[in-house]
Amino acid sequence: MKFGVLRFPGTCDEVDAQLACERVANAEILWHGDRDLKGADAIVIPGGFSYGDYLRVGAIARFSPLMESVIDFAKQGGPVLGICNGFQILCEAGLLPGTLLPNSTLRFVCRQVDLTVERTDTVFTNACEPGETLSIPAKHTTGCWYAPKQLHEQVEANGQVLLRYAPGQNFNGSLADVAGVSNEAGNVFGLMPHPEHAVDPLTGSVDGLTLFASIRDSLAAHV
Amino acid sequence: MKMRVLIRPKAGILDPQGQAVERALPALGFDGVSQVHVGRLVELDVADPAQLPAMCDKLLANPLIEDYEIVSVEQAAPAS
Repeated sequence: MKFGVLRFPGTCDEVDAQLACERVANAEILWHGDRDLKGADAIVIPGGFSYGDYLRVGAIARFSPLMESVIDFAKQGGPVLGICNGFQILCEAGLLPGTLLPNSTLRFVCRQVDLTVERTDTVFTNACEPGETLSIPAKHTTGCWYAPKQLHEQVEANGQVLLRYAPGQNFNGSLADVAGVSNEAGNVFGLMPHPEHAVDPLTGSVDGLTLFASIRDSLAAHV
Repeated sequence: MKMRVLIRPKAGILDPQGQAVERALPALGFDGVSQVHVGRLVELDVADPAQLPAMCDKLLANPLIEDYEIVSVEQAAPAS
């Protein structure tokens, strides 16, 4: 299977994302100005500062030609993973619930965080153990997930929260410790921490690989 | 037509920028300041101002977290 990894002007984590994908499958970088997903079976929208974060984080990237194709792909049930800026873009595109506010501390934070896996019966977490804690780095200024009360209750009731910051690890003020949330259909998922930076023992953790492996395995199960 | 869109965080939304400014002002000797909120100002020349609400809902503001106010520059108080 093949991952397509998006590259916008200002994206900076696409190479790490590609290398992470290549540890479990094939991967190709896709340019924002193209419309062709080049036969990708799953899409990764990596982190960075697409279009300079102008106006609001993720606000402009969603209108790129490539994103139009990704939105169609997602609506047909294709798996889409958004990491950090990719999460922000998916929220702005209306593919994921809620939005990302500046960290409650207003500071850029770069640290390793523990994440509690809430569900293991999903496209993105099926390779995790129930109740497992993943150690994955986070690095962002705008990662405080927020949704109005009614929307948040709906998200919780639908079981769309797949990852939460472990107790004491919610450094950005996210509502209900939400670190990663999916759409209702379960084929689009976004998280602020960076699983692509946790794929080699050299950097302290390989826990991020389980998310990429989960996507591969869920696609293999459907072939 | 010259128009101005004022975008501000909705009431009750965490506004750490506003809080930081509110904390900074007394440090400079400006007391008695409260309820500081920091938003965004977009100025634009538009042929059809009736399209502005749609522009705000789709791009200029995020309706989940922000309110917007549309004023024509002629009506607005001159920015001195």
